[in-house]
Amino acid sequence: MFASILFFIFSFLILASALLVITSKNPVNSVIFLIFSFFNAAGIFLIAGAEFLALIMLIVYVGAVAVLFLFVVMMLDLNFEELNKKTNFVKTGIITSGILIAEMIVLFVYYPEEQSFIINKNNKLNSLTNTEIIGSKIYTEHFYHFQIAGLILLVAMIGAIVLTLRHRDNVRRQDISSQVSRDQEKNVELKDITFEETE
Amino acid sequence: MIFEIGIYHYTILSAFLFFTGVFGIFLNRTNLIIILMSLELILLSVSINFISFSVFLGDITGQIFSLFILTVAAGEAAIGLAILVVYFRNSGNINVNEINKMRG
Repeated sequence: MFASILFFIFSFLILASALLVITSKNPVNSVIFLIFSFFNAAGIFLIAGAEFLALIMLIVYVGAVAVLFLFVVMMLDLNFEELNKKTNFVKTGIITSGILIAEMIVLFVYYPEEQSFIINKNNKLNSLTNTEIIGSKIYTEHFYHFQIAGLILLVAMIGAIVLTLRHRDNVRRQDISSQVSRDQEKNVELKDITFEETE
Repeated sequence: MIFEIGIYHYTILSAFLFFTGVFGIFLNRTNLIIILMSLELILLSVSINFISFSVFLGDITGQIFSLFILTVAAGEAAIGLAILVVYFRNSGNINVNEINKMRG
């Protein structure tokens, strides 16, 4: 009962803040509502019983992706009046979303009575915690997927760095090869000093 | 009974979130950042779907794939925002209707 009320509150807040993300005039407000939407989604995941994914969602989205969005919004010096002109694609959007909603309604109407999928209730799932199950599966059955996910993150990191790196000419940089190849003959000048005798 | 949360509730929530994201792509044709945020909303709705089916079917694979969706979403946001920054540095605006330099 209590979990049901929490589910309705969280889902209402997710949908309301998602609407505010796409309709608000300032992109900073959009990012804030996106963060709020992800917080409520983490609550939904907690109610469903996926604790690990809920906390990972908070760490990854609120800690990394949303901050990335905020940085970019503040870095780009945008003209907000020009951005807020809504274009004539609203009708197309309504038509496309309407087609998707109609497809979903058709799916709900023609939902088969007997369940065609197999519900897999083994006892091992219930005795372990959520994180233990994910850890025991991800390093055994889904090991190659896990490695490929790491590769995707590496490619994304290198790609973002290469895209935004910019070489400017009038900046003094560290040149390691010239630093290493210095030698004593060229750079150090030895002079004989004659001491004058003081009386 | 409406107060028993079943698979239908999660599916309807994820469907409406998906429609909100799709509608956001069409609504904000002048702002590329909000289009990227709409993509994040769509990926979130898919994650909700995966996790709810995983919990109700008793199969952990859905949650593992939701973890992979999270990975791909983070990479996509990083690359997309990098392209956005480079484009803004070159042209001075992020209007989607005027991004036609390649004449595609």
